Amino acid sequence: MRDFWKRFKRNRGAVAGLAILVLVILIAILAPLLFPQSPWKMVQRPFLPPLTMEALPLGTDALGRNVLSGLAYGAQVSLLIGLVSTVVSLLIGIPIGALAGYFGGIVDDALMRFTEFFQTVPNFALAIVLVAIFEPSVQSIIGAIAIVSWPPVARLVRGEVLSLRSREYVEAAILSGQKNSTIIWRQILPNTLSPIIVLASLMVATAILLESSLSFLGLGDPNLMSWGYMIGAARTVIRQAWWLSFFPGFAILVTVLALNLIGEGLNDALNPRLSRKGK
Amino acid sequence: MSQTKPVLRINGLQIALPEGADRPFAVDGVSLELNAGEILCIVGESGSGKSMSANAMMGLLPDLVHPTAGEILFDHMDLLKLSEDELRDLRGRKLAMIFQEPMSALNPLMRVDDQIAEVFEAHNLLTPAQRRTRAIELLTEVGIPDPEKAARAYPFQLSGGQRQRVMIAMALALEPEILIADEPTTALDVTTQAQILDLIANLQERHGMAVMFITHDFGVVAEIADRVAVMQFGKIVEQGNASDVLDNPQHEYTRKLIAAIPKLHTGETEELDKSKPILEVVGLTKTYRSGGGLFGSPERVVHAVNRISFELGVGETLGVVGESGSGKSSVGRCLVRLQDPDEGSVLLNGEDMAALTGERLRTARKSIQMIFQDPFASLNPRSRVGRIIAEGPIAHGVPAKQAYDRAAELLELVGLDPSAIDRYPHEFSGGQRQRIGIARALALEPKIIIADEAVSALDVSIQAQVLDLLAELKQRLNLSLVFITHDLRVAAQICDRIAVMQKGNLVELGTADEIFNHPRSDYTRSLIEAIPGREKELAATG
Repeated sequence: MRDFWKRFKRNRGAVAGLAILVLVILIAILAPLLFPQSPWKMVQRPFLPPLTMEALPLGTDALGRNVLSGLAYGAQVSLLIGLVSTVVSLLIGIPIGALAGYFGGIVDDALMRFTEFFQTVPNFALAIVLVAIFEPSVQSIIGAIAIVSWPPVARLVRGEVLSLRSREYVEAAILSGQKNSTIIWRQILPNTLSPIIVLASLMVATAILLESSLSFLGLGDPNLMSWGYMIGAARTVIRQAWWLSFFPGFAILVTVLALNLIGEGLNDALNPRLSRKGK
Repeated sequence: MSQTKPVLRINGLQIALPEGADRPFAVDGVSLELNAGEILCIVGESGSGKSMSANAMMGLLPDLVHPTAGEILFDHMDLLKLSEDELRDLRGRKLAMIFQEPMSALNPLMRVDDQIAEVFEAHNLLTPAQRRTRAIELLTEVGIPDPEKAARAYPFQLSGGQRQRVMIAMALALEPEILIADEPTTALDVTTQAQILDLIANLQERHGMAVMFITHDFGVVAEIADRVAVMQFGKIVEQGNASDVLDNPQHEYTRKLIAAIPKLHTGETEELDKSKPILEVVGLTKTYRSGGGLFGSPERVVHAVNRISFELGVGETLGVVGESGSGKSSVGRCLVRLQDPDEGSVLLNGEDMAALTGERLRTARKSIQMIFQDPFASLNPRSRVGRIIAEGPIAHGVPAKQAYDRAAELLELVGLDPSAIDRYPHEFSGGQRQRIGIARALALEPKIIIADEAVSALDVSIQAQVLDLLAELKQRLNLSLVFITHDLRVAAQICDRIAVMQKGNLVELGTADEIFNHPRSDYTRSLIEAIPGREKELAATG
């Protein structure tokens, strides 16, 4: 564990990314304390530019709502959806990939064709259709994002399992009479952990982008203030009030960038032999 | 040998390892002279720094490792101080190198003659047409059959020995003064190894090169070396003429290494109760098929195991020897059903292993366990040692507490501290890991153990310890052992009877004494004659 932290620290970008992410998480957690009022509530005149009133440093939107408070509550939504949908897609992708890789043959064929079926449909189009069918809500958005993002997990896990399956320690486990389920669970999956963690950190970033895009199109949960929704609502007035789309856009950029930097740092730290030369 | 003018001199070479390595210097205070027209062998076990010294000469050290002191003098220049451009000019032209693994040292997508021509191209020599002619001349010189055809071949179309010959042809292309050979025969079969050693010695004489030959194998040293330098932990502990060092080693470490080499004379074969074999193999057959199918390409059929029959007595050690591709590993894997045999039966106490499935197979496997080759790949890196050993018994319903207590006992039995139970495999050395592998195999109280190249990946001194341990455990627990190996010396030391395999067929089966002293088949004879260092040993024992 200490080795891990030492290698992670060597990548400066990753440490910066981690710092940004911790900040965003803190803001999300503390949002109800910092802004006791609902972010939907009107607090001032509409289109108040940033830095004109001390209480409203980022100004107000077309309906006079506090932009800063919207950002803080939006962080909650983005992180929640990003994390939960990633967990759900891991829960779908890992078992499918592990079964396909371990049993091979017809099981592999069936599961991989099933996976490819999802991969051939464009991600975003499928997500829109799913959300539109199931009414926009947090649950349906998480479900839709998970359903469109599990295939890469399944393929990654399958590849890892295929190569681990022929390792001698797996053969030793077969000889010692362990059941297939024990072998997959105890011998194989723990050794696929590193690449899965790296992939997951990048998937959270992708999920945040997907959620923002859905909200931008008006397919977000109508009860939740989210970054995508704020940009979507401000797009018609972008020339009069630039700050309404700029700040939420910046928040998305910074958060996604932070996650990508962390992903790269994790990759360096968990797969030290693969890390690039001269680091 | 008569010439004594040094062409290359290493003075007090010191190479630092990155922080956190197991010792501060990979190579520390090494001084060597390489004379024109001699073969100098650098011998040492893994991690002794022998390859690092060679790489330093060629400027091929890894990024994090760099020389901190000393000099390498060649032709009035210090190789360590040359710029990359100056070094590049020397490499190939004056200094050439051949590597251990000819498959990965050759470009798989380039034809052989193009790769040889590239050497000339890199130094701007000859016209393209001349380069091609020269390539064929070189291939002829290194003794590749049908050189014109081989010149147009891709590396994968050649055998391991032929690939190594191509590497040697490339190294010879510009008539270098010094040839560095880093374990060039380690990946080869014993008969091929003998041919390549012959070739290197021959070429050395014909071209008057100085050869620095790096190896871990004293047998190879005995075959080829004029002078020897023995390395341990980055230092040279002894150097001198080959005959002096081999026959009259001065340093304790050299003595230990030489004593650890398995001797070719066979032990006394014990009289075994032949009436009741524990394992009876009848007509075992395994065939691999590839290709064919949808697009009608011709099917490739390989008879990995072709109607093999033998018996294994209680308490007996049966050696299965053969070169790579002989099917010896397939036999072992078919016995434990890691592969399903196509035909034949494996009678274990009267029950046919080859026909069992599901739960009955799981139970039957308890009495036949395996020890694997690679001590690094055979233990799950994310499990603690105790768990690794106890897993088998737990899977068969032994309570966890009892299984872990037994694991601690087994660790003691294989000569490790019982506290190892809470540690992870990466904390152990190769030999210790192999002991853990043995403990795991013993955990289910098997009657038969199949050892698939179980000591091939170990250094010779560790190898001797593990072989002793196996022999002792076999005695104490009355085990039967099937010992699969490519190393005839190891087989001679440990086996009661030996089965020689070639291309899936059982060529000869007899007691160790019969096989080594009165071989009946030509193939067995050629295998035995190819053992490196054999003549010297025969001469020594009279």
